[in-house]
Amino acid sequence: MNSLLKIDNLHVSVNGKPILKGVNLEVRQGETHALMGPNGSGKSTLAYALMGHPRYEITDGRIEIDGVDLVALEPDARARLGLFLAFQYPVTIPGVKVADFLRHAVSNVRNPDRKEGEGLIPMREFRKELKARMEALGMDVEFARRYLNDGFSGGEKKRMEILQLAMLRPKFAILDETDSGLDSDAVRVVSEGLARLAGPEMAVVIITHHERLLEFNRPQSTHVMLAGRIVENGDATLAHELHDQGYAGVRTRHPAIAAEETVEKTEEALVAKA
Amino acid sequence: MATDLTPPAEAEVGVGDYQFGFHDPTDKYVFKSRKGLDRDIVSQISEMKSEPDWMRQFRLEALDIFFKKPTPTWGGDLSHLNYQDIFYYVKAAAGQEKNWDDVPADIRKTYDRLGIPEAEKKYLAGVKAQYESEVVYGSLQEDLSRQGVIFTDTDSAMRDHPELFREYFGTVIPPADNKFAALNSAVWSGGSFIYVPKGVKIDFPLQAYFRINSENMGQFERTLIIVDEGASVHYVEGCTAPTYSSESLHSAVVEIIVKRNARCRYTTIQNWSNNVYNLVTKRAMAYGDSLMEWVDGNLGSRLTMKYPAIYLMEPGARGETLSIAFAGKGQHQDAGAKMVHCAPNTYSRIISKSISKAGGRASYRGLAKVVPGAHHCKSNVVCDALILDSNSRSDTYPYIEIDEDDVTIEHEASVSKIGEEQLFYLMSRGLSEAEASAMIVTGFIEPLVKELPMEYAVEMNRLIELQMEGSVG
Repeated sequence: MNSLLKIDNLHVSVNGKPILKGVNLEVRQGETHALMGPNGSGKSTLAYALMGHPRYEITDGRIEIDGVDLVALEPDARARLGLFLAFQYPVTIPGVKVADFLRHAVSNVRNPDRKEGEGLIPMREFRKELKARMEALGMDVEFARRYLNDGFSGGEKKRMEILQLAMLRPKFAILDETDSGLDSDAVRVVSEGLARLAGPEMAVVIITHHERLLEFNRPQSTHVMLAGRIVENGDATLAHELHDQGYAGVRTRHPAIAAEETVEKTEEALVAKA
Repeated sequence: MATDLTPPAEAEVGVGDYQFGFHDPTDKYVFKSRKGLDRDIVSQISEMKSEPDWMRQFRLEALDIFFKKPTPTWGGDLSHLNYQDIFYYVKAAAGQEKNWDDVPADIRKTYDRLGIPEAEKKYLAGVKAQYESEVVYGSLQEDLSRQGVIFTDTDSAMRDHPELFREYFGTVIPPADNKFAALNSAVWSGGSFIYVPKGVKIDFPLQAYFRINSENMGQFERTLIIVDEGASVHYVEGCTAPTYSSESLHSAVVEIIVKRNARCRYTTIQNWSNNVYNLVTKRAMAYGDSLMEWVDGNLGSRLTMKYPAIYLMEPGARGETLSIAFAGKGQHQDAGAKMVHCAPNTYSRIISKSISKAGGRASYRGLAKVVPGAHHCKSNVVCDALILDSNSRSDTYPYIEIDEDDVTIEHEASVSKIGEEQLFYLMSRGLSEAEASAMIVTGFIEPLVKELPMEYAVEMNRLIELQMEGSVG
């Protein structure tokens, strides 16, 4: 049965300031969605709130996977339910080897009932799988022994995110600007890698400004965010159009919401000046 | 080997149990001095050990110095330390045992819990297991003695190698150096003595295990290591202690002489129970083109004050100290390192890492000193502190004394809290908060752990995991 990620009237505040103002979205396992919108429209906020970052406070609404409410769950419980976020800015963890970290993560996610201190997945099996996945992504197997994201280039970090995605095989993967800051070769590698991983078992929500990632991973649905709401839904053509023409047309079609955006920008500028 | 040496149930107890403490019946002592400290007790200790007169005099003079010197008021809080409420000498079993089967059964049992027979099988060339104030078990691999290496307890060294012993004993750290060096000089017992002859390179670590096992019992071991020209040795010392309710004092002195072109590494992991005052003086003299390294891990104790020092005596000498401190609830780790550049073209490096949690306090206190004329010296100090919660504390006290212009001194310090972003990142991959925190801490100390022999590395990581349990939520 296809799993369903359902976001219903989601309101999220950061430091008391409302950012998301009623987001509705349904994603089914196996689908590919593009989430677009100008800077500050709330795309990354949505991604963080879905994954359960402690500073993103959900003030109203629900996030469900197959009817299970995620709002009260810790990020690790959400991961065990099949949610994954590829970070725009992956964090460095000095001294923690990629292989050690991933073996732990894979053990928990594949065996959601695993208790702390219980056995990890067998080393041989894990190593074999990790090696195959790294080779498929064109990564040097030596990376498994390096410290997590420590001294990695931008491209290496993004590839490491896709490697984690490949190993954890989530039902719902959210990619937060995975293509930003990459040269075109790196974008191609990441896009192709993602395309190979996507399939009936995995839904992908791609947050992006660019088209490249979407060329290899053609979305069934495109959603446009503006000032904390999803204001338009369409198909791949919409993504293409936004890429060519920018968001002026969207703002024109939604003048009231676009006005909110302007007010917020002005407020931010005032705060920054003060 | 006796069949009851490692019953499965015991073996499974493992490292996790030290925290909660265990101890053997304490009526197995051959001799125990009365509590307190005076000339009679010091003379009695010397007499019990059948020492030469010069050592008795040395002890008594040191005792006078101890009484004259005030208790330090810097560093940690020593105001609760009552010197008259401590046993200064306890002898557990008569004589030296040659092999494991001869060691009394209850002592063997204690060491089984520490995994010593296992360790011996796997790694050990010579085990010096110090039980109470006396070494009761020791074995030394034959090829070592054939090469002229001496690895014994310090009392035996005084008896069996009197000239060598007297030439070096007390020369690196004289009794007048500080109050606790004076105390140790007055009441010392046990410890390790190592002599590595010219050109002999020992390619496996020599190890010793220590353990306090009597209420109110102080432990005052005295270690002396001489690495002759072109020789090399790695000495490893680890210790744990059972938990008792009242205070306990540990005050060791470690003296090391590293001659020209020689190398010495001294690795310590200490996990004293949380009532122990651990006041240790460690110093090495490094001569031309030699290398001295201290690797020092402090996990337990109520208060540790320990600043391993290296005096770089001749050109080309190098000194490195890698230290880690973990301060939990009710603990103060005041630890660091000293590097004294006494000659030109000498090099030193200090890497210090501390972790504090649950109200614990970790202080780095270090000295980099360059004497006049010691030009072209380089010294690099890096200290990183990780603070796990807002109740805990970290301080850095770096002292730099430079009396020479043409030198390079670098000091970097960083303090970080376990990052919310790091925790979120790891948890988003399915790790629980406790697992994620333990992983971040383990990663933080990885640069030290990878320098340890395998069994210590495993033990260190397990100790950290134990320390991290229940630290979050």
